[in-house]
Amino acid sequence: MNDVIKVRRESRLLVAKLLAFAAGMFAFGFFALPPLYDVFCEITGLGGKTNSVAVSGVEDTVVADRELDLEFVTTVNEYAPFDFRAPVETMTVHPGGLYEVAFVATNLSDKAKIAQAVPSVAPPQAAKHFRKLECFCFSAQEFAPGQTKDMPVRFIIDSDLPEFIDTITLSYTFFDTARLSDNSDAGPAQQ
Amino acid sequence: MSTTVTDVHAADHAHDDHDHGPAQGWRRWLYATNHKDIGTMYLVFSLIMFFFGGTMALIIRSELFMPGLQFVEPAFFNQMTTMHALIMVFGAVMPAFVGLANWMIPLMIGAPDMALPRMNNWSFWILPVAFGILLSTLFMPGGAPASGWTMYPPLVLQTGDAFPFLIFSVHLMGLSSIMGAINVIVTIINMRAPDMTLLKMPMFVWTWLITAYLLLAVMPVLAGAVTMLLTDQFFGTSFFLAAGGGDPVMFQHIFWFFGHPEVYIMILPAFGVVSEIIPTFARKPLFGHDSMVYAASSIAFLSFIVWAHHMFTVGMPLTGQLFFMLATMVIAVPTGVKVFNWTATMWKGSMTFETPMLFSLGFLFLFTLGGFSGLMLAIVPADIQYHDSYFVVAHFHYVLVPGSIFGLMAAVYYWLPKWTGRFYNEKLGQLHFWLSTIFVNLTFFPMHFLGLAGMPRRIPDYATQFADFNMIASIGAIGFGFSQLLFVYILYQTCWQKKGERADAKVWDDPKGLEWTVPSPAPFHTFDTPPRVTPHDAFA
Ligand SMILES: [Cu+2]
Repeated sequence: MNDVIKVRRESRLLVAKLLAFAAGMFAFGFFALPPLYDVFCEITGLGGKTNSVAVSGVEDTVVADRELDLEFVTTVNEYAPFDFRAPVETMTVHPGGLYEVAFVATNLSDKAKIAQAVPSVAPPQAAKHFRKLECFCFSAQEFAPGQTKDMPVRFIIDSDLPEFIDTITLSYTFFDTARLSDNSDAGPAQQ
Repeated sequence: MSTTVTDVHAADHAHDDHDHGPAQGWRRWLYATNHKDIGTMYLVFSLIMFFFGGTMALIIRSELFMPGLQFVEPAFFNQMTTMHALIMVFGAVMPAFVGLANWMIPLMIGAPDMALPRMNNWSFWILPVAFGILLSTLFMPGGAPASGWTMYPPLVLQTGDAFPFLIFSVHLMGLSSIMGAINVIVTIINMRAPDMTLLKMPMFVWTWLITAYLLLAVMPVLAGAVTMLLTDQFFGTSFFLAAGGGDPVMFQHIFWFFGHPEVYIMILPAFGVVSEIIPTFARKPLFGHDSMVYAASSIAFLSFIVWAHHMFTVGMPLTGQLFFMLATMVIAVPTGVKVFNWTATMWKGSMTFETPMLFSLGFLFLFTLGGFSGLMLAIVPADIQYHDSYFVVAHFHYVLVPGSIFGLMAAVYYWLPKWTGRFYNEKLGQLHFWLSTIFVNLTFFPMHFLGLAGMPRRIPDYATQFADFNMIASIGAIGFGFSQLLFVYILYQTCWQKKGERADAKVWDDPKGLEWTVPSPAPFHTFDTPPRVTPHDAFA
């Protein structure tokens, strides 16, 4: 009988350990992975994420003999009633120079709307060298019915941008944030 | 912890009153705590799910028989591809292996039962509930989930009313797997016969021990990922919503952190099965038993660091692509060790080709083929062309159907005489093997060509240039599906009609292992006193 008691005690301990391990893996997946992923993206530029608050005090020297093609892509999320464009499709920039570009958006609906622009930079290696001093993407943008807005972004591309990069694409996707707070009309299946 | 205490008590009770047979009628099954009964229920359940998933596959293949839309709406087609995968992965293959584990692990290590019989009951009975919920989504507004079994956001968030039911059923499946895995580990660690050391254990037990640890490590991560989907949809979080600062790509990373180990969860026990069968029918001990253990362990370890090979086209830094490509290709080394060992086991053996051996050889051959196409997919520049094409479909069906499923079929034929005390009809068994093998290749081999020619997966219609190969694949699928009815008939003959020759305890020609020391059919209670492990039955 002693054996049975011993096995029983050992089993209890092992089950406790295994349950703790499973719970730990859930916590790892649910609580640890998302922030780890953000840190990982910040370090590697994976996902082309750029700074989400304004950088200040950036000092850089213009590299006059290096030219970059900067391309703009604007996308409107399929549910957002907006017209959203860049003023030009491409422009030539020098690393270290300060530039300002004003994007233009129009609320096509007859309701007040709040929109959020989400930026992304390709190639991802360029993301952390793309420093925005001011951007309409830092906060949500309010639109009156039918309103058109000029939305500026001011940026410097670091002069220590890796040599192999000669083209950078800056993309913005425009979201209607009402869909974030109210998910009851969440998709075509229910429309 | 109270559950554990009662579980062990339950084991004692079962132990104390083993003079009684099983309870009568439905109580025997609903309140089952006997590992053999629970194993049987798992196996029957997975067979039923296999036919549900198979029916969906046949709907898919009928639609793809010719270009153009014939039978179903594109939206329903997508529901079929999604449900087919979810049911086959979580409802057929995984529970079938858990069923084998329940039946065989106690018999192979000399234990009277699983360590936690009452939890065992729960982990089985959760499954019909989970799949009842999942199948019921077919009748909900908006239909069943249609975003693929990978459930990528933002697409999956467009699922109709089915969405929360999908998440809940995945949670239940995960819960069932985790409880099953805990049970397997505790049984193997604590319930072995006294002189059954770890390295003396049969390969099937070893591969299941490793599989159970994989399950325990990744099923909770999947639960975390789908919980995030749920909170994104209903509770205002933005884990995967770009507009709120989240990133849909993160879901893919988390999903495949689960997903790649998951594919080994589905294949490692099959490795174990053929490692039992090939030595028996080659009449030689398994070549390199210990190296098999180390190979399986290193495959399990590597499975955690290769996940992003599913995401090469999503975009990642070059160093990342190189790392995941090379790590993936390294897995071919321990897998190669296993294939080499199986082949070496047969070298100069006196082989016979009964049905279990045929299925094992089919496994060896065709799984390796699927492994090779996996190697091709691991190559980043090639993958960028193959991605999301029928080449991928061909690859994973080769490792899953003539891989995992053939492993399961081999196991059932191999141990059926032990379970029922009777041999199956050998002629029909071999016919089942040949039909399955011919049709499985007819189904999936042309898909390689379709993929290389550029046919995308998950579409209900296609360009006319793909018509011929699709027709061949559909004929193969229909043939394969109906061949499995023969399997049901063979089981019916053996288990129900009780036809077939009686089997003695050994069943085969002097096989190794403790399960052959108990009578056939295996009595309701076995190894109430731990057996001695003779050198004949030790695998060290
Ligand atoms: Cu993988």
